Amino acid sequence: MPKDQGIGASSKRREDVRFLTGRGVYTDDLSLHGQTHAVFVRSTVAHGRIKAIDTAAAAAMPGVLAVFTGEDFKDMGGNPAGWLINSRNGEPMREPKRPVLAHGKVRHVGDAYAAVVAETFQQAKDAAQQLADDSDIEELPAIVDMAAALADSSNRVHDEIPDNQCFDWGWIEDNRAAVDAAIKAAPHVTTLELVNNRLVPNAMEPRASIGEYFPGTGDYKLTTTSQNPHLHRLLIAAFVMGMPENKLTVVAPDVGGGFGSKIYHYGEEAVVLAAAKKLARPVRWTAERSESFLSDAHGRDHVTKIELACEKDGTFIAFRTETMANVGAYLSNFSTATPTFLHGTLMAGPYKVPNVYVNVKTVFTNTAPVDAYRGAGRPEATFSLERVIDKMCRELGLDPFEVRRKNLLTKDMFPYTTPVGLAYDTGDYHATLDKAMAMADVAGFEARRAESAKKGKLRGMGLSTWIEACGIAPSNLVGVLGSRVGLYDAATVRVNATGNISVMTGAHSHGQGHETVFAQIVAEKLGVPEASVEIVHGDTSKIPFGMGSYGSRSLAVCGSAMNRAVDKIIAKGKKIAAHMLEAAEDDITFENGNFSVAGTDKAKSFGEIAFSAYVPHNYPLETLEPGLEETAFYDPANFTYPAGAYICEVEVDPDTGKVDVAAFYCADDFGNVMNPMIVEGQVHGGVGQGIGQALCENTSYDESGQLLSGSYMDYAMPRADDVPFYNVDYSCQTPCTHNPLGVKGCGEAGAIGSPPAVVNAVIDALHRGGHTHVTHIDMPVSPSRVWSAING
Amino acid sequence: MHNFEFVKPSSIADAVAALRQEDAQALSGGQTLMPTMKQRLAAPSVLVSLTGIAEMKGIRASGGVVEIGAATTHAEVAAGAGAYPALTALAGNIGDPAVRNRGTIGGSLANNDPAADYPAAALASGATIVTNAREIAADDFFQGLFTTALEEGEIITAVRFPVPERAAYAKFQQPASRFALTGAFVAKTSAGVRVAITGAGEDGVFRWTDAEAALSGNFSAAVLNGLAAPEDGLIGDLHGTPAYRANLVKVMTQRAVAAA
Repeated sequence: MPKDQGIGASSKRREDVRFLTGRGVYTDDLSLHGQTHAVFVRSTVAHGRIKAIDTAAAAAMPGVLAVFTGEDFKDMGGNPAGWLINSRNGEPMREPKRPVLAHGKVRHVGDAYAAVVAETFQQAKDAAQQLADDSDIEELPAIVDMAAALADSSNRVHDEIPDNQCFDWGWIEDNRAAVDAAIKAAPHVTTLELVNNRLVPNAMEPRASIGEYFPGTGDYKLTTTSQNPHLHRLLIAAFVMGMPENKLTVVAPDVGGGFGSKIYHYGEEAVVLAAAKKLARPVRWTAERSESFLSDAHGRDHVTKIELACEKDGTFIAFRTETMANVGAYLSNFSTATPTFLHGTLMAGPYKVPNVYVNVKTVFTNTAPVDAYRGAGRPEATFSLERVIDKMCRELGLDPFEVRRKNLLTKDMFPYTTPVGLAYDTGDYHATLDKAMAMADVAGFEARRAESAKKGKLRGMGLSTWIEACGIAPSNLVGVLGSRVGLYDAATVRVNATGNISVMTGAHSHGQGHETVFAQIVAEKLGVPEASVEIVHGDTSKIPFGMGSYGSRSLAVCGSAMNRAVDKIIAKGKKIAAHMLEAAEDDITFENGNFSVAGTDKAKSFGEIAFSAYVPHNYPLETLEPGLEETAFYDPANFTYPAGAYICEVEVDPDTGKVDVAAFYCADDFGNVMNPMIVEGQVHGGVGQGIGQALCENTSYDESGQLLSGSYMDYAMPRADDVPFYNVDYSCQTPCTHNPLGVKGCGEAGAIGSPPAVVNAVIDALHRGGHTHVTHIDMPVSPSRVWSAING
Repeated sequence: MHNFEFVKPSSIADAVAALRQEDAQALSGGQTLMPTMKQRLAAPSVLVSLTGIAEMKGIRASGGVVEIGAATTHAEVAAGAGAYPALTALAGNIGDPAVRNRGTIGGSLANNDPAADYPAAALASGATIVTNAREIAADDFFQGLFTTALEEGEIITAVRFPVPERAAYAKFQQPASRFALTGAFVAKTSAGVRVAITGAGEDGVFRWTDAEAALSGNFSAAVLNGLAAPEDGLIGDLHGTPAYRANLVKVMTQRAVAAA
């Protein structure tokens, strides 16, 4: 019988009650006494030199309180890149300053170069329009195409960077010669050039910020849409505005989705803080949807050539990739890590392959900054591998299932160190492949194909066997790799006097369901009802420290910190119990919420211990402190390595090119599962986003750097009728060997594993339908692209 | 959005009078006008609502003609114009429920969005657009992108559809907006067959006369097999080239014929 609470139970998401009844409190829901409204003036050209901004007319308009331009912030620090990457030749990456407001030049459509603060939103909006009209910006030729950007030093996004290149990275450079030689000598080489399409994150809640300043104390408060309030505090205080961290509180209340885009610090946050100080009034800003399209950090945008060398029987010999990764106009905080250490290190996949070399050139362009988006680098690696493997199978007439089976690492090979520097701790990739094939009834495919054919539809099946590195991240390792931060996490478990529990976690829930899952874990370990555990997050004044939620890290890292703090609570409880029960501490056992003296019937309940901790009458105060509250920091020893096998079936209408996803099967290994329902939800959401990338989402800039898909009229988000009924399994479990919960993380899996399964299925359908000239279609595999490929 | 005055007259005469004010703009369901105003791309000083005029609402069917008041919503047409099934099917597939419960047939025709559904129905059916001043044949009404025969201040009050012997609408949706990337409305009457195409043309809705001729001789999807729609004048954008749209013109017309 399934558990009804604690670890492994499908406890209902407690936070959904407020979300689904309109009682969530998001940044824009807050209304503060004396508040004012900021509106940003954004560039309408992709590249331009700011000649003059005449602020006089805007400043004189009704209700206008302040006008800011880049000039006001030019002495502030730049918003930094979080990772320093060195080029193959040893040179450090080029890191141009990213100003609070654009100064000197505007570098992408949507680049904010001025701001107006007024009594009302409409007044600010009117004045912002005036300011735009009064700005003299000389338009320069836009740099949009990456290859052209690298080739033309006469046109520069940043004047000091001649070839528009941030770095030219090799991974692992020492592998290069051996990989080149292996490919040269190989019996077969398959080459594929592909695009990993740029995506707009499209969190349901747009970015929003409220700045406050308290003249009496000199304290600042920023309420903002953040996935990691402490990281925002660090970036703003230490790097951008130059203030002690203890003068800045950052609060991220309910946040409606992030997918990576709310990890980063953006200039608007510094502007509302600076404006709040100047006016001594709260200053608020909420992005309009069109601002989100233009100024949120986008995802993906790689152009890759991948070569797969193999024996004639499909045994892998080597992988080699050359990638151009777009970083846009400025380096967003994780933009340099995403195409490198979150991408190149995964390029061995879950396979036995002795030779792998990855080259990535990152390129500045006059487009919105690009950074981590659900999966971040790992979807790009998986897509390249799984697509080229499929192409190789077709070239050699091999079965794609059998080729994977032949090349997957076997479960007796762990721990396994890849040629690209990761140490996979555990896994059983054949188990998930077998499971997915059974779920998908691979043997029955031909009958389903025949049924589709009767309706005039082409049916195809696509496979992807994927792996990721998440649970980000071991600080020692990422430090060596160039990270400017550590990626541990922290938790405080506070047992209140009457026995209920507050848990302060450095994770930030913006839809994941932490309030439910974390309570399940603490309740299970302490033997108390889930309802007595409250999870507190998103406020630097309440939380000890934390690096937030992204990279499928919340459970593996923050959950482990929490687990460690709970262990400390139990240890302290044993001390208290030993005193109360007049026994030796070593004789106290803790089970099912009771502290007992081993071998006797003497016991104290958890509640009695908690009460005693706060009413410490007759305490040996020399050796026992009052109170029952513990903080723990946890730094993981390694990444975690979720993996799985995804099978997609599609039907293609050859007359229109429309692709329908007929079925989707996921067999994942997430290690131990804390709440099956939430795991399923995470996989559903991830696969939905992956299908969106594969079939729908097309971020398109024209030659002049205008965003053609800047609204939902042209940017196709996946809708309910674009996705199938998902079949999700997580019964293949090889628990993580290095964290106490044995968990691996499930948040990004769906978005990583699904796009190649979808595209492989489409190509399969076209081949089975006789369109054998089609070897690849770039994402999104839209109706017009499919039809053009068939008829091309 | 900029500030504006709002009036809601209860008669056509009062509405016409109100529209004589400077920068006045008629407002029906507001499904295009409101987003445009929110983006500050339109800033009328007076909005004259047409949804409080009883004589502009409702559906009347008699003598083989369905007459629909201009302020009748898509949802009301989908539910109430059963005498013309192809039209109810079209209305029931416009946008989403929110759009269908606000948007009106008169608003859609007056706006003449090149990807709207109703213009195809009106043109293929040979409908009559009734205004406060005159009656306009559909063939004369649509005059290019967002352009119609309506004079300044002229209001559509009703639309009259002669009910064809056979008719159907087939739409291929643009993946993002779900407007018609290409939609084909086919109507067969004793006088022949009319085929109207929306979504594809650079000048908005148009008739595919080659297909009309072929179908007037033999009303079957197969008769179009050898026919290709011309690419000239078709839209090329993110969602499809002119060649792709020309293909859709044919495929959607064939599907409409098969469904009629």
